[in-house]
Amino acid sequence: MSKGILILAEHLKGELSDITFEMLGAGRTLADALGAPLHVALVGRGSAGLASRLGAADKVFVVDKPELELPPAATMAAVLGSLIEKQQESLVLVGWTNLAMGVGSVLSARSGLPLVNFARALRVEDGAVVVTSQLFGGKIFSDVRLADGRGIVSVSSGAFPADAGRSEKAPAVEAVDVAVEAPKITFKKYVEPAAGDVDITKQTTLVAVGRGIQTQDNISMAEELAEALGGAVCGSRPVIDQGWLPLTRQVGKSGMSVKPRLYLALGISGAPEHVEGMQGSQMIVAVNTDAKAPIFDVAQYGVCADALEILPVLTEKIKARHG
Amino acid sequence: MNLFVLLKTVPDTVEELTVAADNKSLDAEWLRFKLSDADEHAVEQALLLKERAGGKLTVVALDAPELDDSLFTVLAKGADRVVKLAGDLGNLQSFSAAALFAAFLKGEADPPPADTLILLRSQAMDDLEGEIGPVLADCLGLPYVGVVTGVQPDGGTVTVTKEFAGGLRGEFALPTPAVLGIQSAEKPPRYVPIAKVRAAMKSAALETVDVTPPEAGARFPIEKMYKPEAAGRAEMLEGSPEEVADRLVELLAQQSLI
Ligand SMILES: Cc1cc2nc3c(=O)[nH]c(=O)nc-3n(C[C@H](O)[C@H](O)[C@H](O)COP(=O)(O)OP(=O)(O)OC[C@H]3O[C@@H](n4cnc5c(N)ncnc54)[C@H](O)[C@@H]3O)c2cc1C
Ligand SMILES: Nc1ncnc2c1ncn2[C@@H]1O[C@H](COP(=O)(O)O)[C@@H](O)[C@H]1O
Repeated sequence: MSKGILILAEHLKGELSDITFEMLGAGRTLADALGAPLHVALVGRGSAGLASRLGAADKVFVVDKPELELPPAATMAAVLGSLIEKQQESLVLVGWTNLAMGVGSVLSARSGLPLVNFARALRVEDGAVVVTSQLFGGKIFSDVRLADGRGIVSVSSGAFPADAGRSEKAPAVEAVDVAVEAPKITFKKYVEPAAGDVDITKQTTLVAVGRGIQTQDNISMAEELAEALGGAVCGSRPVIDQGWLPLTRQVGKSGMSVKPRLYLALGISGAPEHVEGMQGSQMIVAVNTDAKAPIFDVAQYGVCADALEILPVLTEKIKARHG
Repeated sequence: MNLFVLLKTVPDTVEELTVAADNKSLDAEWLRFKLSDADEHAVEQALLLKERAGGKLTVVALDAPELDDSLFTVLAKGADRVVKLAGDLGNLQSFSAAALFAAFLKGEADPPPADTLILLRSQAMDDLEGEIGPVLADCLGLPYVGVVTGVQPDGGTVTVTKEFAGGLRGEFALPTPAVLGIQSAEKPPRYVPIAKVRAAMKSAALETVDVTPPEAGARFPIEKMYKPEAAGRAEMLEGSPEEVADRLVELLAQQSLI
C-alpha cells in the first residue's frame, strides 16, 4: 500500500484557517496522483469539533488534550513525529504561516525527512514529488525533487485555492492519544489589533506605500492621493516597523488581507509575505523603480518610475477631474 | 542579562540576482550580502533589553563578505562583544548554521546561566530548508518562540508577543534561558552616526573563531533555480510622469474608480 500524506490542520480561536483548506485541496490532488491516502492531524485543545469540516481527507487524526493550547513548535513536531511513525506517512504538509513556523524545521531536524519551505506548486513525476518554491523575496524560483515522495513541505498561504479543499463529506475521524511532554511555553492571552483606526479591509481604494516611499514625510503625499481617490493609505511591513503608519494599516502575512477594487502599490517590491495580503484586489497598479520587481507579476498595470515623481502629478490630475 | 544575538547575512534583493551556470544556485559573483531586516530588529531588541535590564550583549555572526562594517555598526550601537564564526562556510544551510551556533553557545557555558536570552531573526527569505531558531533551540534543549515582536523579561521567565495574522497577536510565557525568533523589535532599529562606527573600528576589535561546518551536505537536491517567467506580467505604462498620470486617470475612469 502506498504511504500516506499527512496535513497539519491549522486553526486559531476555534476556526480553521484558509491555509488548512488550501493544503487539503493541494493534498487531495497529490494523493490521487500517487494513489496514497490523505490524512489530517488536528491538534490542539478543543480542536475535535472542527474535524467534521475536513471531509476532503480520507481520515482525520484528532489529538485534543488540555495541555495543547497553542502548543509550541517543538511540541507540535513531537505530535506529528509520533503520528508519522504510527501511520507510516511519507509526505507531510504544514503551512508556511506565523502559527506553524518552526514545526516543519524541528520535525525535519529530528526525523531526517527533508523540509522544503515556501512551496507554491506541487507536482508528481514518476512517484517523486517536485516542489516549486519562491525564494529571495519572490525574485527566484527553485524546484526541489523529493525522491519517493518523502519529505515535509511548508506551503505558502494563497498558493492553492481554498475551495478545492472544502467538502461536505464527513471524514473518518480517529481520536489518538499521543504522549507528549507538557510544553514549557504557556499561552497567556490574545492581543487584539487596536480598534478605532480606519479599517483598511473595508476600503474600495487603497494607496499602499512601501520602503520606496523613503521618508515619513513623504507619506503625506500618499495620503493626499488617497483622499483624492476617496480611499485610505496602507503599507508594507518596513513602513509599519519604522512607525510611519500604525499596525492597523499593515497589509500581508502578519497584517490584513485586503481586496479593494483598486490597490495602488508605491515603492513595494512584492515579497510573497506582502502579496498574500493583497493579491485578491480587483485592480492592482504598481509603481516601482526596479523593472524586475516581483510586484509587476501580480499587477495589471505597472509604471517603472520614481513613485515620488508620479505621486504629486497623479494627485493633481485626479483633483482637477473632480473639479 | 546574558544576551546573545546571532546573525547570518542574506543576499541583497535590491541587486539583480543571477542564477549560476549550474542552474542550481545564485551566481555568487553578483551577490551582495547584508543583514536581513529581521537581523537588524533582533539587534535592536537586544539593545533595548540591555538598556532596560543591564547585562552583556554578545553578537555572534557567521562570516560573510562585506560583513565587518555591519559588525562595527553593531558595536557602535552598544554591543559588548562581537564574534565572527569563520571557515569554509560556502552555501551554509540552516541546520548547519544552527549546529555552528549551538556549538559556540555550548562552548560559552553549558548549560547557559538562567538569565540568558538568545535572539535571532525569526526567519529569512533564504531559509529554504528550514529556520535556524527552532532547530538551534532543539539542539540546546531550550524553549523557542518565533515571529516575536515584544519581549518582557521578569525573573526566571520571559513574556513574549508573537504575531499571528490579521493584526492578531498572542502572549506567551517561557522560562529562561530561551531562544527567541525576532520578527520586529519594539522600536525601529536605531541609527548610529558614521563617526561612531569609525570610532568603534579604531577602539574595538572583532573576535574570530575558526569553525568547521558539519558534514550535513544537501538534504535534498535543488533540481533547478530560475527567474519567474515573464508571463502574466503587468502592462507597463511608459512616458513622462505627466503622460503616465494621464493614462492612469483614464484607466481609473474606465473602471469607474474616479
Ligand atoms: C513571517 C513574516 C511575516 C511578514 N509579514 C509581512 C506583512 O504582513 N506585510 C508585509 O508587507 N511584509 C511582511 N513581511 C516582510 C516581507 O518579507 C518584505 O520584507 C516586505 O514586504 C518588503 O516591503 P517593501 O516592499 O516595502 O520593501 P522592499 O522589499 O525593500 O522594496 C522596496 C521597493 O521600493 C522600490 N523603490 C525604491 N525607491 C523607489 C522610488 N523612489 N519609487 C518607486 N519605487 C521605489 C525598490 O525598487 C523596491 O522594489 C513578512 C516577513 C516575514 C518573514
Ligand atoms: N497547526 C497549528 N494549529 C494551531 N496552532 C499551531 C499550529 N502550529 C503551530 N501552532 C501554534 O503556533 C505557535 C508556535 O510558535 P513557535 O514557537 O514560534 O513555533 C504556538 O503557539 C503553536 O501552538
